[in-house]
Amino acid sequence: MTTPLIVFFVLAALAVVGAVSLILQKHPIHSALSLIVVMVALAGLYLLMGAEFVAAVQIIVYGGAIMVLFVFVIMLLNAGVEEHTSLSKMAGPPGLLLVLALAGFVAATVARSGASVQATTQTGALSSTKGISEMVFKDFVYPFELTSFLILVAILGATVLAQREKT
Amino acid sequence: MVPTNYYVILSAVLFCLGVFAFIFKRNVITIFMSIELMLNAVNLAFVAFSQALGKLDGQVFVLFVIVVAAAEAAVGLGIIILIARNRQTLNVERVDLLKL
Repeated sequence: MTTPLIVFFVLAALAVVGAVSLILQKHPIHSALSLIVVMVALAGLYLLMGAEFVAAVQIIVYGGAIMVLFVFVIMLLNAGVEEHTSLSKMAGPPGLLLVLALAGFVAATVARSGASVQATTQTGALSSTKGISEMVFKDFVYPFELTSFLILVAILGATVLAQREKT
Repeated sequence: MVPTNYYVILSAVLFCLGVFAFIFKRNVITIFMSIELMLNAVNLAFVAFSQALGKLDGQVFVLFVIVVAAAEAAVGLGIIILIARNRQTLNVERVDLLKL
């Protein structure tokens, strides 16, 4: 068992445990902290794959900005422990069945196409940050500019939604 | 070298956990967080295939997914604040104005 494999299994276990903890925790702030664990573990996996720029963005934007926004809103709204009515408890077993069906479907697809995709190339030689910058500003420059419009609309939308109505 | 299959399987597991959280949880903020979990799982698959194929397109897509997730979080949390202000609850079962 090589070192990258051990690192992979540790980080994968961390991510899965965090995701399960997100489901099991009753309080939203605990769920948010579990989600941060998942995101940091995924950033470690990106580093393991040699995608250091994506790992940095994952930590800064997901683990930093978005989760701080979540925690901020949870505290702003003073969200308490979630309550389950008898009707919502009924949603558990059928939901589990649906998820198992989805998992089986995905597993069948992965198993069937497993031989076609193999990790043959080593991306250590591929300078990923430079390559990404060239792709973003050459091949994907129009989508990149469009995302700036998307962010602008999101800022306006959030401002309009969150302001108090004038009477 | 970790096989690409392992990453794809981990991504599928995380996605299914996210779907289950989406169905099972009742707090609207936690439901929103499970959507973020699903987006993260898809990002992992993108980066894994980018590495396996030796092309960087997947990593660029991940950047766009993260940008869209940030915009979604800003607007979605604004909507959640509106729900909490108008209905005085975060439980999705009590947001039932459209129900007969």
